[in-house]
Amino acid sequence: MSMWIWVLVAALLAYLTKLLGYLVPAKVLANPRMSRVAGTLTIGLLASLTVVNAAATGTAVVLDARAGALAAAAVALWFKAPFLLVVLVGALAAAGLRLLGWP
Amino acid sequence: MKLRESPAAKIGASIAVATGLYGVSFGALSVASGLSFWQTMALSFLLFSGGSQFAFIGVVAGGGSGVAAMSASALLGIRNGVYGMQLNALLRPTGWRRFASAHLTIDESTATATGQADPAEQRRGFWVAGLGIFIFWNVMTAVGAVIGNALGDPKQWGLDGAAVAAFLGLLWPRIKAFQPAAIAVVCAVVTLLAVPFVPPGVPILVAALVAGLIGWFRHGRTPDHAPGHVDDGLEPDIEPYRHDAGARPPRPARLGQGEDA
Repeated sequence: MSMWIWVLVAALLAYLTKLLGYLVPAKVLANPRMSRVAGTLTIGLLASLTVVNAAATGTAVVLDARAGALAAAAVALWFKAPFLLVVLVGALAAAGLRLLGWP
Repeated sequence: MKLRESPAAKIGASIAVATGLYGVSFGALSVASGLSFWQTMALSFLLFSGGSQFAFIGVVAGGGSGVAAMSASALLGIRNGVYGMQLNALLRPTGWRRFASAHLTIDESTATATGQADPAEQRRGFWVAGLGIFIFWNVMTAVGAVIGNALGDPKQWGLDGAAVAAFLGLLWPRIKAFQPAAIAVVCAVVTLLAVPFVPPGVPILVAALVAGLIGWFRHGRTPDHAPGHVDDGLEPDIEPYRHDAGARPPRPARLGQGEDA
Protein backbone atom coordinates (compact mmCIF):
# COMPACT_ATOMS: atom_id res chain seq x y z
CA MET A 1 0.00 0.00 0.00
CA SER A 2 2.75 2.46 0.92
CA MET A 3 4.23 1.97 -2.57
CA TRP A 4 1.12 3.72 -3.89
CA ILE A 5 1.93 6.76 -1.79
CA TRP A 6 5.44 7.00 -3.24
CA VAL A 7 4.17 6.48 -6.79
CA LEU A 8 1.78 9.40 -6.32
CA VAL A 9 4.34 11.60 -4.57
CA ALA A 10 6.81 10.93 -7.39
CA ALA A 11 4.15 11.86 -9.94
CA LEU A 12 3.27 15.05 -8.09
CA LEU A 13 6.91 16.10 -7.77
CA ALA A 14 7.55 15.37 -11.44
CA TYR A 15 4.64 17.59 -12.46
CA LEU A 16 5.55 20.40 -10.06
CA THR A 17 9.14 20.35 -11.36
CA LYS A 18 7.92 20.74 -14.93
CA LEU A 19 5.42 23.43 -13.95
CA LEU A 20 8.04 25.35 -12.00
CA GLY A 21 9.89 25.98 -15.27
CA TYR A 22 6.76 27.68 -16.65
CA LEU A 23 5.76 29.65 -13.58
CA VAL A 24 8.98 30.91 -12.08
CA PRO A 25 10.36 33.96 -13.89
CA ALA A 26 13.12 32.85 -16.25
CA LYS A 27 15.57 35.21 -14.58
CA VAL A 28 15.39 33.19 -11.37
CA LEU A 29 16.09 29.81 -12.92
CA ALA A 30 18.04 30.78 -16.00
CA ASN A 31 21.44 30.55 -14.53
CA PRO A 32 23.98 28.28 -16.16
CA ARG A 33 24.78 26.56 -12.89
CA MET A 34 21.20 25.32 -12.50
CA SER A 35 21.18 23.92 -16.04
CA ARG A 36 24.59 22.33 -15.52
CA VAL A 37 23.47 20.61 -12.33
CA ALA A 38 20.34 19.33 -14.09
CA GLY A 39 22.58 17.97 -16.86
CA THR A 40 25.20 16.30 -14.67
CA LEU A 41 22.47 14.88 -12.39
CA THR A 42 20.81 13.25 -15.36
CA ILE A 43 24.00 11.60 -16.55
CA GLY A 44 25.10 10.59 -13.06
CA LEU A 45 21.74 9.06 -12.18
CA LEU A 46 21.46 7.12 -15.43
CA ALA A 47 25.01 5.78 -15.06
CA SER A 48 24.30 4.79 -11.47
CA LEU A 49 20.99 3.13 -12.35
CA THR A 50 22.75 1.21 -15.13
CA VAL A 51 25.39 -0.32 -12.85
CA VAL A 52 22.97 -0.94 -9.97
CA ASN A 53 20.69 -2.90 -12.26
CA ALA A 54 23.64 -4.68 -13.85
CA ALA A 55 25.69 -5.63 -10.82
CA ALA A 56 23.88 -5.14 -7.49
CA THR A 57 21.82 -7.75 -5.68
CA GLY A 58 20.67 -6.27 -2.41
CA THR A 59 23.89 -4.98 -0.85
CA ALA A 60 26.22 -7.29 -2.79
CA VAL A 61 28.08 -6.59 -6.00
CA VAL A 62 27.72 -9.67 -8.19
CA LEU A 63 28.75 -10.72 -11.66
CA ASP A 64 25.96 -12.62 -13.37
CA ALA A 65 24.00 -12.81 -16.62
CA ARG A 66 23.10 -9.13 -16.31
CA ALA A 67 26.73 -8.18 -16.97
CA GLY A 68 26.40 -10.05 -20.25
CA ALA A 69 23.25 -8.06 -20.98
CA LEU A 70 25.17 -4.84 -20.33
CA ALA A 71 27.94 -5.82 -22.74
CA ALA A 72 25.45 -6.95 -25.40
CA ALA A 73 23.48 -3.72 -25.08
CA ALA A 74 26.67 -1.68 -25.45
CA VAL A 75 27.50 -3.51 -28.67
CA ALA A 76 23.97 -2.91 -29.99
CA LEU A 77 24.21 0.80 -29.13
CA TRP A 78 27.62 1.02 -30.74
CA PHE A 79 26.01 -0.17 -33.97
CA LYS A 80 23.30 2.46 -33.52
CA ALA A 81 20.47 0.03 -32.86
CA PRO A 82 17.14 1.68 -31.93
CA PHE A 83 16.15 1.72 -28.27
CA LEU A 84 13.64 -1.12 -28.43
CA LEU A 85 16.12 -3.41 -30.17
CA VAL A 86 18.74 -2.59 -27.53
CA VAL A 87 16.30 -3.63 -24.81
CA LEU A 88 15.51 -6.88 -26.65
CA VAL A 89 19.22 -7.64 -27.08
CA GLY A 90 19.68 -7.14 -23.33
CA ALA A 91 16.84 -9.55 -22.55
CA LEU A 92 18.10 -12.15 -25.05
CA ALA A 93 21.65 -11.96 -23.69
CA ALA A 94 20.54 -12.43 -20.07
CA ALA A 95 18.07 -15.21 -20.91
CA GLY A 96 20.60 -16.92 -23.21
CA LEU A 97 23.41 -16.83 -20.66
CA ARG A 98 21.08 -18.34 -18.04
CA LEU A 99 20.22 -21.16 -20.44
CA LEU A 100 23.97 -21.78 -20.69
CA GLY A 101 24.16 -22.06 -16.93
CA TRP A 102 25.24 -18.57 -15.81
CA PRO A 103 23.38 -17.46 -12.68
CA MET B 1 0.06 25.98 -42.89
CA LYS B 2 -1.93 22.81 -42.41
CA LEU B 3 -0.78 20.38 -39.77
CA ARG B 4 -0.26 17.74 -42.45
CA GLU B 5 2.23 19.91 -44.30
CA SER B 6 4.11 21.04 -41.22
CA PRO B 7 7.65 19.61 -41.01
CA ALA B 8 7.63 19.93 -37.22
CA ALA B 9 4.35 18.02 -36.97
CA LYS B 10 5.75 15.26 -39.18
CA ILE B 11 8.88 14.95 -37.08
CA GLY B 12 6.78 15.11 -33.92
CA ALA B 13 4.53 12.30 -35.16
CA SER B 14 7.41 10.00 -36.07
CA ILE B 15 9.08 10.66 -32.72
CA ALA B 16 5.74 9.93 -31.02
CA VAL B 17 5.46 6.52 -32.68
CA ALA B 18 9.09 5.54 -32.03
CA THR B 19 9.09 6.71 -28.42
CA GLY B 20 5.59 5.46 -27.68
CA LEU B 21 6.58 1.98 -28.82
CA TYR B 22 9.17 1.59 -26.13
CA GLY B 23 6.47 2.19 -23.56
CA VAL B 24 6.02 -1.57 -23.99
CA SER B 25 9.42 -2.16 -22.36
CA PHE B 26 8.54 0.16 -19.49
CA GLY B 27 5.24 -1.63 -18.88
CA ALA B 28 6.82 -5.08 -18.88
CA LEU B 29 9.78 -4.06 -16.69
CA SER B 30 7.56 -2.19 -14.25
CA VAL B 31 5.39 -5.19 -13.41
CA ALA B 32 8.53 -7.37 -13.35
CA SER B 33 9.97 -5.00 -10.72
CA GLY B 34 7.00 -5.74 -8.50
CA LEU B 35 4.69 -2.79 -9.13
CA SER B 36 1.05 -3.58 -9.89
CA PHE B 37 -0.63 -2.95 -13.24
CA TRP B 38 -2.33 0.20 -11.94
CA GLN B 39 0.81 1.55 -10.27
CA THR B 40 2.55 1.07 -13.61
CA MET B 41 -0.22 2.95 -15.39
CA ALA B 42 -0.17 5.71 -12.78
CA LEU B 43 3.53 6.28 -13.52
CA SER B 44 2.94 6.58 -17.27
CA PHE B 45 -0.23 8.65 -16.99
CA LEU B 46 0.60 10.95 -14.08
CA LEU B 47 4.40 11.05 -13.87
CA PHE B 48 4.96 10.83 -17.64
CA SER B 49 8.70 11.17 -17.99
CA GLY B 50 10.42 8.05 -19.29
CA GLY B 51 13.72 8.50 -17.46
CA SER B 52 12.06 9.16 -14.10
CA GLN B 53 9.69 6.25 -14.58
CA PHE B 54 12.56 3.86 -15.34
CA ALA B 55 14.46 5.29 -12.36
CA PHE B 56 11.53 4.57 -10.06
CA ILE B 57 11.16 0.94 -11.13
CA GLY B 58 14.96 0.50 -11.31
CA VAL B 59 15.23 1.27 -7.61
CA VAL B 60 12.23 -0.89 -6.73
CA ALA B 61 13.59 -3.81 -8.77
CA GLY B 62 16.84 -3.65 -6.80
CA GLY B 63 14.97 -3.94 -3.51
CA GLY B 64 15.07 -0.23 -2.76
CA SER B 65 12.37 1.48 -0.70
CA GLY B 66 9.54 3.56 -2.08
CA VAL B 67 11.09 6.74 -0.74
CA ALA B 68 14.44 5.97 -2.46
CA ALA B 69 12.59 5.24 -5.71
CA MET B 70 10.67 8.50 -5.42
CA SER B 71 13.88 10.44 -4.73
CA ALA B 72 15.77 9.01 -7.71
CA SER B 73 12.77 9.71 -9.91
CA ALA B 74 12.39 13.29 -8.67
CA LEU B 75 16.09 14.08 -9.11
CA LEU B 76 16.11 12.70 -12.65
CA GLY B 77 13.10 14.93 -13.35
CA ILE B 78 14.93 18.15 -12.53
CA ARG B 79 16.01 18.54 -16.15
CA ASN B 80 12.33 18.80 -17.08
CA GLY B 81 12.18 22.02 -15.06
CA VAL B 82 14.96 23.42 -17.23
CA TYR B 83 13.11 22.29 -20.37
CA GLY B 84 9.96 23.95 -19.02
CA MET B 85 11.84 27.21 -18.71
CA GLN B 86 13.07 27.00 -22.31
CA LEU B 87 9.66 26.02 -23.65
CA ASN B 88 7.95 28.80 -21.72
CA ALA B 89 10.29 31.28 -23.38
CA LEU B 90 9.71 29.77 -26.84
CA LEU B 91 6.01 28.93 -26.81
CA ARG B 92 4.64 31.37 -24.23
CA PRO B 93 1.58 29.25 -23.39
CA THR B 94 -1.20 30.96 -21.43
CA GLY B 95 -4.14 29.83 -19.33
CA TRP B 96 -4.86 26.09 -19.25
CA ARG B 97 -2.33 25.48 -22.04
CA ARG B 98 0.44 26.34 -19.65
CA PHE B 99 -0.63 23.55 -17.28
CA ALA B 100 -1.07 21.09 -20.14
CA SER B 101 2.31 22.03 -21.64
CA ALA B 102 3.94 21.39 -18.30
CA HIS B 103 2.66 17.81 -18.23
CA LEU B 104 3.92 17.18 -21.78
CA THR B 105 7.36 18.65 -21.10
CA ILE B 106 9.80 15.80 -21.71
CA ASP B 107 13.03 15.22 -23.64
CA GLU B 108 11.34 14.43 -26.94
CA SER B 109 8.76 17.23 -27.06
CA THR B 110 11.42 19.74 -26.01
CA ALA B 111 13.86 18.55 -28.65
CA THR B 112 11.19 18.66 -31.36
CA ALA B 113 10.16 22.21 -30.47
CA THR B 114 13.61 23.66 -29.94
CA GLY B 115 14.83 22.19 -33.23
CA GLN B 116 12.52 24.55 -35.15
CA ALA B 117 13.19 28.20 -35.87
CA ASP B 118 9.67 29.43 -36.62
CA PRO B 119 7.47 29.99 -33.51
CA ALA B 120 4.37 28.46 -35.11
CA GLU B 121 6.38 25.38 -36.07
CA GLN B 122 7.85 25.16 -32.59
CA ARG B 123 4.33 25.10 -31.21
CA ARG B 124 3.13 22.44 -33.66
CA GLY B 125 6.18 20.28 -33.02
CA PHE B 126 5.75 20.48 -29.28
CA TRP B 127 2.07 19.60 -29.20
CA VAL B 128 2.19 16.86 -31.81
CA ALA B 129 5.21 15.20 -30.20
CA GLY B 130 3.97 15.73 -26.63
CA LEU B 131 0.36 14.60 -27.12
CA GLY B 132 1.34 11.83 -29.53
CA ILE B 133 3.89 10.36 -27.14
CA PHE B 134 1.48 10.70 -24.21
CA ILE B 135 -1.16 8.64 -26.02
CA PHE B 136 1.17 5.98 -27.49
CA TRP B 137 3.25 5.74 -24.34
CA ASN B 138 0.22 5.01 -22.15
CA VAL B 139 -1.31 2.51 -24.57
CA MET B 140 2.01 0.68 -24.97
CA THR B 141 2.65 0.75 -21.22
CA ALA B 142 -0.64 -1.08 -20.72
CA VAL B 143 0.29 -3.61 -23.42
CA GLY B 144 3.71 -4.13 -21.85
CA ALA B 145 2.27 -4.54 -18.35
CA VAL B 146 -0.15 -7.21 -19.56
CA ILE B 147 2.65 -9.04 -21.39
CA GLY B 148 4.94 -8.71 -18.36
CA ASN B 149 2.29 -10.20 -16.07
CA ALA B 150 1.73 -13.07 -18.49
CA LEU B 151 5.44 -13.92 -18.78
CA GLY B 152 5.79 -15.14 -15.22
CA ASP B 153 9.37 -15.41 -13.94
CA PRO B 154 11.04 -12.21 -15.20
CA LYS B 155 14.54 -13.67 -14.89
CA GLN B 156 13.82 -16.60 -17.16
CA TRP B 157 12.92 -14.14 -19.91
CA GLY B 158 15.94 -11.96 -19.20
CA LEU B 159 13.81 -9.00 -18.16
CA ASP B 160 16.45 -7.94 -15.63
CA GLY B 161 18.92 -7.83 -18.53
CA ALA B 162 16.38 -5.79 -20.49
CA ALA B 163 16.29 -3.24 -17.68
CA VAL B 164 20.09 -2.92 -17.74
CA ALA B 165 19.96 -2.41 -21.51
CA ALA B 166 17.20 0.18 -21.12
CA PHE B 167 19.25 2.28 -18.71
CA LEU B 168 22.34 2.08 -20.90
CA GLY B 169 20.12 3.03 -23.85
CA LEU B 170 18.90 6.12 -21.98
CA LEU B 171 22.43 7.09 -20.96
CA TRP B 172 24.21 6.43 -24.26
CA PRO B 173 22.92 9.35 -26.38
CA ARG B 174 24.06 11.81 -23.69
CA ILE B 175 27.65 10.65 -23.84
CA LYS B 176 28.97 12.66 -26.74
CA ALA B 177 32.10 14.11 -25.26
CA PHE B 178 34.79 13.46 -22.68
CA GLN B 179 33.17 15.34 -19.83
CA PRO B 180 29.83 13.53 -19.69
CA ALA B 181 31.68 10.24 -20.14
CA ALA B 182 33.91 11.07 -17.18
CA ILE B 183 30.90 12.01 -15.05
CA ALA B 184 29.20 8.73 -15.97
CA VAL B 185 32.29 6.68 -15.05
CA VAL B 186 32.80 8.50 -11.75
CA CYS B 187 29.15 8.00 -10.78
CA ALA B 188 29.23 4.34 -11.79
CA VAL B 189 32.30 3.73 -9.64
CA VAL B 190 30.85 5.66 -6.68
CA THR B 191 27.69 3.56 -6.96
CA LEU B 192 29.57 0.25 -6.89
CA LEU B 193 31.66 1.39 -3.94
CA ALA B 194 28.53 2.41 -2.02
CA VAL B 195 26.47 -0.73 -2.70
CA PRO B 196 27.88 -2.88 0.16
CA PHE B 197 27.59 -0.13 2.76
CA VAL B 198 24.14 1.40 2.42
CA PRO B 199 20.59 0.06 1.90
CA PRO B 200 19.47 -0.78 -1.67
CA GLY B 201 18.48 2.30 -3.65
CA VAL B 202 20.67 4.64 -1.64
CA PRO B 203 23.82 4.18 -3.80
CA ILE B 204 21.89 5.84 -6.63
CA LEU B 205 21.24 8.87 -4.44
CA VAL B 206 24.91 8.99 -3.39
CA ALA B 207 25.85 9.05 -7.07
CA ALA B 208 23.27 11.79 -7.64
CA LEU B 209 24.89 13.87 -4.92
CA VAL B 210 28.31 13.44 -6.52
CA ALA B 211 26.90 14.31 -9.95
CA GLY B 212 25.17 17.37 -8.56
CA LEU B 213 28.37 18.57 -6.91
CA ILE B 214 30.31 18.09 -10.15
CA GLY B 215 27.70 20.20 -11.96
CA TRP B 216 27.75 22.84 -9.25
CA PHE B 217 31.52 23.29 -9.28
CA ARG B 218 32.21 22.47 -12.90
CA HIS B 219 33.54 25.40 -14.83
CA GLY B 220 31.90 24.91 -18.14
CA ARG B 221 32.64 26.15 -21.55
CA THR B 222 28.97 26.90 -21.21
CA PRO B 223 28.07 30.02 -23.16
CA ASP B 224 25.59 32.44 -21.57
CA HIS B 225 23.11 32.17 -24.42
CA ALA B 226 22.81 28.39 -24.10
CA PRO B 227 22.95 27.45 -20.43
CA GLY B 228 24.03 23.86 -20.03
CA HIS B 229 23.71 23.29 -23.72
CA VAL B 230 27.10 23.12 -25.29
CA ASP B 231 27.38 19.91 -27.26
CA ASP B 232 28.50 17.89 -24.30
CA GLY B 233 25.49 15.66 -23.90
CA LEU B 234 23.76 17.85 -21.38
CA GLU B 235 20.76 18.38 -23.57
CA PRO B 236 17.63 16.46 -24.57
CA ASP B 237 18.62 12.87 -25.28
CA ILE B 238 17.29 12.70 -28.81
CA GLU B 239 18.00 14.49 -32.02
CA PRO B 240 14.80 14.54 -34.02
CA TYR B 241 16.49 16.27 -36.89
CA ARG B 242 19.56 14.13 -37.40
CA HIS B 243 18.09 12.34 -40.42
CA ASP B 244 17.90 15.51 -42.46
CA ALA B 245 20.94 17.22 -41.10
CA GLY B 246 21.41 19.19 -44.30
CA ALA B 247 18.01 20.80 -43.94
CA ARG B 248 18.43 21.52 -40.27
CA PRO B 249 17.31 25.01 -39.32
CA PRO B 250 19.77 27.20 -37.46
CA ARG B 251 20.20 26.43 -33.78
CA PRO B 252 17.10 27.79 -32.06
CA ALA B 253 17.01 30.90 -29.95
CA ARG B 254 17.42 29.73 -26.40
CA LEU B 255 16.89 31.75 -23.31
CA GLY B 256 18.39 35.18 -23.43
CA GLN B 257 19.07 35.05 -27.14
CA GLY B 258 16.54 37.05 -29.09
CA GLU B 259 14.07 36.36 -26.31
CA ASP B 260 13.13 38.96 -23.80
CA ALA B 261 12.66 36.33 -21.14
